[in-house]
Amino acid sequence: MNLLPLTIHLSFAGAFLALVAGSRSAAAARWIALLSALAGWGVTLWAAVHFDPGAGYASLLNLPWIESLGIRFHLAADGISLTLVVLTGLAAVAGILFSWNVQEDTGAFFALYLALIGGVYGVFLSADAFLFFVFYEIAIVPKYFLIARWGSTNREYGAMKLALYSFAGSGMVLAGLLWVYGAAGGTGFGFGELALAATRLTHHEQLIIFALLFVGFAILAGLFPFHTWAPTGHVAAPTAASMLLAGVVMKLGAYGCLRVAMPLVPAGLTYFQPAIAWLAVIGIVYAGLVALVQEDFKFVIGYSSVSHMGFVLLGLAAGTPQAAAGAVLQMFSHGVIAGLLFAVVGRMVYERTHTRRLDELRRLPLHRLMPFTAVVFVVAGLASMGMPGFSGFPAELSILIGTWPVSKLWTLGAALGVLVAAAFTLRVIQVVFFSRTDDAVTVADHPLPPLTWPERIGAGLLLAATVVVGLNPALLLNWIIPGLTSPGLQAIWTGGTP
Amino acid sequence: MSFDYLLLTRALLPEIALVIGALAVLGYDLTLGRKLPNKDRLGAALGLGSIATIAALVDAVLVGRMGPVYGATLMLDSLAVATRIGVLALTLLTLGIAAGARTPRHPAEYVAIILFATAGFTLMAAANHLLVAFAALELASLSLYILAGYDKARVESAEAALKYFLYGAMAAAFLLFGFSLIYGLTGELELGAIAIRLAHTGMSPLLGIALVMVLVAFGFKAAAAPFHLWAPDAYEGAPTPSAALIASASKLAGFALFLRLLWPGLGAVAGGAPGAAIGWLTPVAIIVGASILLGNLAALAQGNVRRLLAYSAIAHAGAMLLGVMAAGVTGPGPLFYYAATYGVAAAGAFGVIAVIEVNGGCQRITDLAGLARRSPLLAGCLAVFVLSLAGIPPLAGFFGKFVVFAGALQVGGLMDPAGWLALLAIAMSAVAFYYYLVVLKQALVLPPAAGATRIRVPLTAGLALTLAAAALVVLGALPTLVLRYFG
Repeated sequence: MNLLPLTIHLSFAGAFLALVAGSRSAAAARWIALLSALAGWGVTLWAAVHFDPGAGYASLLNLPWIESLGIRFHLAADGISLTLVVLTGLAAVAGILFSWNVQEDTGAFFALYLALIGGVYGVFLSADAFLFFVFYEIAIVPKYFLIARWGSTNREYGAMKLALYSFAGSGMVLAGLLWVYGAAGGTGFGFGELALAATRLTHHEQLIIFALLFVGFAILAGLFPFHTWAPTGHVAAPTAASMLLAGVVMKLGAYGCLRVAMPLVPAGLTYFQPAIAWLAVIGIVYAGLVALVQEDFKFVIGYSSVSHMGFVLLGLAAGTPQAAAGAVLQMFSHGVIAGLLFAVVGRMVYERTHTRRLDELRRLPLHRLMPFTAVVFVVAGLASMGMPGFSGFPAELSILIGTWPVSKLWTLGAALGVLVAAAFTLRVIQVVFFSRTDDAVTVADHPLPPLTWPERIGAGLLLAATVVVGLNPALLLNWIIPGLTSPGLQAIWTGGTP
Repeated sequence: MSFDYLLLTRALLPEIALVIGALAVLGYDLTLGRKLPNKDRLGAALGLGSIATIAALVDAVLVGRMGPVYGATLMLDSLAVATRIGVLALTLLTLGIAAGARTPRHPAEYVAIILFATAGFTLMAAANHLLVAFAALELASLSLYILAGYDKARVESAEAALKYFLYGAMAAAFLLFGFSLIYGLTGELELGAIAIRLAHTGMSPLLGIALVMVLVAFGFKAAAAPFHLWAPDAYEGAPTPSAALIASASKLAGFALFLRLLWPGLGAVAGGAPGAAIGWLTPVAIIVGASILLGNLAALAQGNVRRLLAYSAIAHAGAMLLGVMAAGVTGPGPLFYYAATYGVAAAGAFGVIAVIEVNGGCQRITDLAGLARRSPLLAGCLAVFVLSLAGIPPLAGFFGKFVVFAGALQVGGLMDPAGWLALLAIAMSAVAFYYYLVVLKQALVLPPAAGATRIRVPLTAGLALTLAAAALVVLGALPTLVLRYFG
């Protein structure tokens, strides 16, 4: 466990080295990036093997930093953090494998990519709200440049929109945190200290603070109606960035809701629960319906991400440990599956056919031209639909079961979303891969470059993760549930009353 | 009261070093340097000027906190010493920038006037007496007017200087009027004595007029809305190193003086406490709100990168005034940290512009296009400066915002206007993020314009900008280095 802070160091060191090496050799930058991501993932796996779920929110590193303001460089992890850092490591490695072919300014690309990864690790491991916020903002700037510089469709617009939404959200978070901190007389930024300070505020102030923090974070998690940055941004992004943004960075928002907003002001969740849950349900169904009518392959995946993140928000809003456990599991599951789907669309299909339009793709016999890709997408699609045997199933099921006792309407609404997800997923599978089953067009008519080994390995890693967790969800739930019921988060489930 | 001239000389060692340095620069140029080409005369002047500034910096550190000097005419407390050091460091940065900028027509005079202005700044940092404060402020201002109009062959520069001078002279008149009213009401010139008097007499209508006069004057000097109108023109037209100095060292010294005048001097009539008569906090709060709103919104519409920096400076002036408001609770530390790091970032941004300018113009934001290709070093430095201005961690600009806003929320939570202004400032920083990203998009994302060549960065300027960028990173990661000094 105590090695986990190394993930942050490895990522930032890798970013620096990739930048330096990239000016001479693109290959060197690639290998540096891959090795540092692999090392970071290795550290998370090593920590996972040696993890003791009973240890609670265990400190990893606790150094004085800005003592006059009570700010500490405090890193800690429990099962929730561990689940998410393992996901981050996996997504980082897979993303690098899928961007092995980046040619322009390779060093800068991987430097920004690793800086983003470092920020993400930092958020998941921070136990001090100030530190948390610093890492949270560090993750914003690389996103902009990755999309604006290396992206595709409408990239400058998509990048700016995504960056401004993220920054506006983080501004709300900062306002909320500073308000609590000021009320406490500026003594400390530990999560526990802030929660204690928040109890001294009036009920109304607590509610406003909760709204600032929760909405600020939920913007990044794609809460309806603040989700519109996500499809445009993720479509504009280069493949590795789409994988990481949809797969991991959106989880920063959900994690912030769970780790900061909800335990800090438990009364807020009680008050705003119906509003949040309804927005989440609307997001699930609405984004799913929008995905159903998209004519751009990548936009389908972009909206499906918003729909799936709606489950995470619903699981958090339900306010029961079971639904929240499902939400955390869904964060992991969606991280893997969204990564896989974006990899297929952005790298495997688009960079070979040079089109993402469904009406053009339907004219190609893709299931014969790229059989491996077709298999990967069908399997990922099944996982995305929530088929048993894949990680999405236990996650969404936990959320639905956990929400049922709270509100049957929300559960039914979300269940409707599962149907819509099946509809839009099957539609793109059919249209993209299985429209031309006649033999009029042969493989020789459309010579496409073959799949490369980095792509195969990356896809294999992600597929393996969703199947392993799907068949044995207890693997992660045994980490997550003790984390959710630990003293730090206990207040959420009791609504603030001890 | 003690009037020890030896102590006074000791306290004024940095100013003495600066003045001797300025005279040496002029003397060398007049004798040995006369026959040399302009470029070499600039080099010699900058060399001598830098030595003088470093000597002053060493003096300022060695002199340290002496407390009240010469019957409390000067006050060498933490704020004064830190501001002196900050101002001198920013002047060194400006001299480094001048080394990479276009060579002015009379280089030695240019450098000498920068040194005179700096002497004014360091004196402003320590002034604890209305007359000394006024004299120091005018020494600095008069030098800055000349620096703004130094490129007199260019119409823009002349216009910048004239506007700056007319507004500044008007502000000086307001300030003097306000000071004379305060003197008339209290019979004192020294800030400590004024504070004692005011604690007894409290607020009065005439004092209200005096306070408004003083606030108007400082509003002009600091380019806070609605007294900001000169700033965009001055930033646009002034020679770039002059703009850097106006944006950095002059701001830091001005806010230090303003803080000393308002809290230790006029703190009794701040008017923040519940039930107290309205004091200067209310008009300052209005200026803060107006500056933050106007600066950020007007910056959105700018196509000229210097005017954009000017409007962002107005917004930052609002945030710094918020730091002044909160200083009653937090002490001067947060304001100093904010103003000093803002100065480094703003001067640095002008420094990058200055180097680009030598290789073809740099007025429009689009002139920055493809900077990453034309000079990776400049692009990297510009990214650090602009992101620091935008307040992105781990750069110093973020922590500056953080301490100032946290302090403002500590004054009285949302029961106090400072708290609301902090929330406004946080909201507007999302707006600011947009126009800063527009600048960085040109520099880092877009390809260079056709015909744009690679930029050769002169060694001195490159070194100065790199050090400035490094300082922003280090101070941002370890803000205690600065805050510790304020206890």
